[in-house]
Amino acid sequence: MSTAGVLLLADSRLPSGGHGHSGGVEALVDRGLLASVEDLALFLDARIRTAGLVTASFAAAANAVAASTVAAALVSGKWSYETTYHSRVWSCWDAAVEVRTPVAALREASRAQGAALLRTALLAWPDARPLHELAELGRPHQPLVLGAASAAAGATPGQAAALAVHQLAGGAASAAVRLLGLDPLRVAAVQARLAPVADRVSAEATAAAELAVQAEDPDLLPADATPLPEILAELHHASEVTLFAS
Amino acid sequence: MHLDHAKHDHVPLPAGPRRGYRIGIGGPVGGGKTALVAALCAQLRDELSVVVVTNDIYTEEDAEFLRRHAVLPDDRIRAVRTGCCPHTAIRDDITANLAAVEELIEAHDPELVLVESGGDNLTATFSYGLIDAQIFVVDVAGGDKVPRKGGPGVIRSDLLVINKVDLAPLVGADLEVMRADAERVRNGRPTVFTSIRNQPEVPDVVAWVRQRRSALVGTV
Repeated sequence: MSTAGVLLLADSRLPSGGHGHSGGVEALVDRGLLASVEDLALFLDARIRTAGLVTASFAAAANAVAASTVAAALVSGKWSYETTYHSRVWSCWDAAVEVRTPVAALREASRAQGAALLRTALLAWPDARPLHELAELGRPHQPLVLGAASAAAGATPGQAAALAVHQLAGGAASAAVRLLGLDPLRVAAVQARLAPVADRVSAEATAAAELAVQAEDPDLLPADATPLPEILAELHHASEVTLFAS
Repeated sequence: MHLDHAKHDHVPLPAGPRRGYRIGIGGPVGGGKTALVAALCAQLRDELSVVVVTNDIYTEEDAEFLRRHAVLPDDRIRAVRTGCCPHTAIRDDITANLAAVEELIEAHDPELVLVESGGDNLTATFSYGLIDAQIFVVDVAGGDKVPRKGGPGVIRSDLLVINKVDLAPLVGADLEVMRADAERVRNGRPTVFTSIRNQPEVPDVVAWVRQRRSALVGTV
């Protein structure tokens, strides 16, 4: 386990395309549905328990899949043959993210951020085979890339889940500060207050991921959603004047 | 800091005359970045295959300007949304711009790629992971102290464009002071004075683009 590797992935300065996405906040702000630190706290709480749980589950599962494919290849010594096979395995997990992301705009946002993080991760951990397998998919979904990158960085599945929740909440919180001029100190306090929720969700996601990876069945992962931000994401994507890509 | 641009380590495109030379165009709001991009497109589009990535704060505003003036077909222009952080998108996290550039390269195999930053401030510069050379555009209406104040854009850009010289008498700006200050801080890198409104052919900038591109890829 590498703490430094986990911190690198948790750092918003790592190039990952995240700064151009508001996690649904801009669409709500534009419609007057999110206007204060209190609103943000409620939004984050709901998103962490739903979208956070789903993305964290996939990040944890991808972390475990990446670790297990590396272990299997070390035993067999047959990378070239297995890369194709593993890419097929990854495409099953990718399809499972796809069906849990109910609107096209958010599927595109996830793939764009997955491709961005993969670009950085391939340079950072060039020897990590799972990252190359994911690259075979073209533009894999973000939580899968985060999971595989976190494995390459020496993180556990639980840490991958925590990273996913951290990024989901942090991106939305930062967007709210930029769009509304909220007090960034109070926004940080909201995030601190929600840390126990994030930890519980990460633990739940990690447990779900463990079962799904053991069963080699992505369908066992959670599929929670928050319909309003998801519908608004589609309207946001279609509107002319927006500062964030999602 | 970045004097030898040929050695910057973004993934290299195939060498040869078709290589898309990437130029970043940055500078404060209202200096004339979009007007310069439009002028370069108009001057060079018959000679080179050109594509443009815009990073406007309102995303489609600059792309719309280019489309309205019909300087390039729609499919040669991409807009990147920067989440209120135009400097981040061209410097600290260039991934969205890299993706836009690569999509345009895939579609058009261009010879010249212009990446226009959103209007920012004097400290906003491009990462050489995204572009091969950068132009920093300021205008005389911003005050003739701008070159003296310096900042990374004024000091280290590969070409400093001081635009709207036609306004100099109206705003009391002394062009000689600006020229001397720019020369002092820029350590030999070139500076040109333009009035894109009065001379939309921008001959000095076009000549610089041709020269920089030829130096890297050779002439056709």
